[in-house]
Amino acid sequence: MGMFTSTRRIVRAGFINFWRNAVVSLSAIFVMSIALFVVGSTILFSNFLDSTLEEIKNKVDVNVYFNPDAQESDIFLMKRSLEELPEVKSIEYISRDQAIANFKARHSNDYLMTQALDELIDNPLGAILNIKAKDTSQYEAIAKRIKSDQETAGPGGNLIYSVNFSKNKVVIDKLTDITNGVEKVSFAILLVLIAIAIVITFNTIRLAIYVSREEIAIMRLVGANNSFVRGPFIVEGIMYGMVAAIVATALLYPVTHWLRDATQNFYGGVDFFFSYYINHLNQIFAILLVGGVFLGAVSSFLAVRRYLKV
Amino acid sequence: MIYFDNVTKLYSDHAAVSDVTFGIESGEFLSIVGHSGAGKTSLLRLLLVEDRPTSGAVFFEKTDIHRIKAAHVPEYRRRIGTVFQDFRLFPNKTAYENIAFALEAAGRTDEEIRSDVPQVLELVDLASKALHFPHELSGGEKQRVAIARAIISQPDVLIADEPTGNLDPVNTYDIIQILKKINDMGTTIILTTHNKGIIDALKKRVVTMENGKVIRDDAHGKYIL
Repeated sequence: MGMFTSTRRIVRAGFINFWRNAVVSLSAIFVMSIALFVVGSTILFSNFLDSTLEEIKNKVDVNVYFNPDAQESDIFLMKRSLEELPEVKSIEYISRDQAIANFKARHSNDYLMTQALDELIDNPLGAILNIKAKDTSQYEAIAKRIKSDQETAGPGGNLIYSVNFSKNKVVIDKLTDITNGVEKVSFAILLVLIAIAIVITFNTIRLAIYVSREEIAIMRLVGANNSFVRGPFIVEGIMYGMVAAIVATALLYPVTHWLRDATQNFYGGVDFFFSYYINHLNQIFAILLVGGVFLGAVSSFLAVRRYLKV
Repeated sequence: MIYFDNVTKLYSDHAAVSDVTFGIESGEFLSIVGHSGAGKTSLLRLLLVEDRPTSGAVFFEKTDIHRIKAAHVPEYRRRIGTVFQDFRLFPNKTAYENIAFALEAAGRTDEEIRSDVPQVLELVDLASKALHFPHELSGGEKQRVAIARAIISQPDVLIADEPTGNLDPVNTYDIIQILKKINDMGTTIILTTHNKGIIDALKKRVVTMENGKVIRDDAHGKYIL
C-alpha cells in the first residue's frame, strides 16, 4: 500500500477515534493539561526567580570613596586599570558635584540638612567609583585589587578615603550562597515536576489504550500490520498533546493575571508573571506544544507496543 | 491445504492439544466438535499464529506457519477470515467501517473499498444498516457484520469459532445458511460448535475432540459425544 494512502487512513482513523472515544479523550486531555500547566508554571516561576536574583545582584556593588582633594585624572587612571580586570562588569564614575547633588536630592525633605549644606563653602564630598562585578563571588578579588592599588599608590596618592566592601562582605557572601542554592533547588524542582508530568501522562495514555486492548487484538486478527494498528493511537496521542498545550497555555492567562493583582504590593508594583506571560506567549506555547505532542506520541507508541507482541 | 502434524500444545503441564494430526482440503466445510475445554479453540489459536505449538507443526499450503517472520504474520492472517461467538466488532466503528477496515489494513484502494463493502453488506442482507454502530444492532446482525468483515478480503479459509453461541435458533439458522453460501463460493470453512442440530443438519465432515485429542473424524459426521 502506498505510504500516502496508509498515512491518510491512519490519520483519519486517529481523528475518528479521538471524537468517538470522547470520554477517554477528554480525561486524557484533562490530565495532560494539568501536567503541562505545571510545567508551564515552573518555567514562569524559574524565570521569575532568575530575574529576581539578577535584580538583587545588580543592587550589589563596591563603592570606592575618594578623598575630596583627589585629582580627577588619578581617579580616571585607577578606573581604567580596574576596567581591565576580567571580573569587572561596569564602573560608574560619580564626580564630586554629582555626589553632592545626589546627596542634596536624597535629603531634600530634611530642612536642617539642606540649611547646613548651604552654610558650607566647600563641597565636603569626594568622588565615587561605583563598581559592579559580573558575579557576586568576584567582589572579593576586586576589593583586593583596590586595596593593593591603595597601598602602592605612592607619595602623592592617599587618594582613597574608604572602600565599603568589607562592610558589605558578609551580605555579599550570603547572597552568593543563596543565589547558587536557589538556582540549584529550582532546577531540581523543575526536573522533578517534569518527571512527574511525564509519568502521569504516560500512565493516563496507557490507561486509555488499555481500554482499547481488545480492539487492538481484533485489528491484528483481521490482518493489520503493527504500524497500521499503532498509527491511529499515535495520532490520538498527538492530538491529546496539542489540545492539552492549548488548554494549559490558556489556563496560565487568568492565573498570571491573578498573580499580578496579588503581588502588586509585594514587589513594589513590579508585575513579573503577567507581563512575562504576555511577552513570551509564543515561546511558552511552543514549548508546551512540542512537549505535549512529543509526550503524547511517545507514550502512545510505548503503550501500544505491549499489545503488539505476537 | 491445512495440515496439523503431531501438534501438541501445553499450558504449564496441561495439554490443551495433544498429538493432533489431520488435514483439511481446500473447499471443505469442516466442523470441530467437543466439550468446552476439549481443545477446539486452542487448535484454532495455533492456526491463527496467536500461539505456538509446544511440539509438532501446522502447515498452510506448504508453509510451516510458525516459522513465518513476525512482520509477515499479518499477510498470512489476511488469508484467513475469523468469526467468533462474541462478534469482536470495533465498537466505535459503523458496520460499514468495521468491514472496510479489513480492506484498509490490506492496503486496497479506496475504489475497491467503495465497491466491495456494499456488495458484501448486500450478501449478508445488511445494506440498510451500513451506518449503524454495533450497539445499535441485534446479535444476529452483529454476527453478519463480523462474517462480512471476515470474507471481504476473499480469504482462503473462514474460521467460525462458536459463531452461533450467542444467537437464537432463527439467527443461528441464518448464520449457517450464510456460511454454506460462502462455502459454495469456494471458501474453506472451519466451524466449531456445541449445537448438535447444526452438525446433524450439515452432513459434512466432523472432527470430534476430547481432552486435547482427536477421537473421531467422520466424512459425513453426526454430533456424537
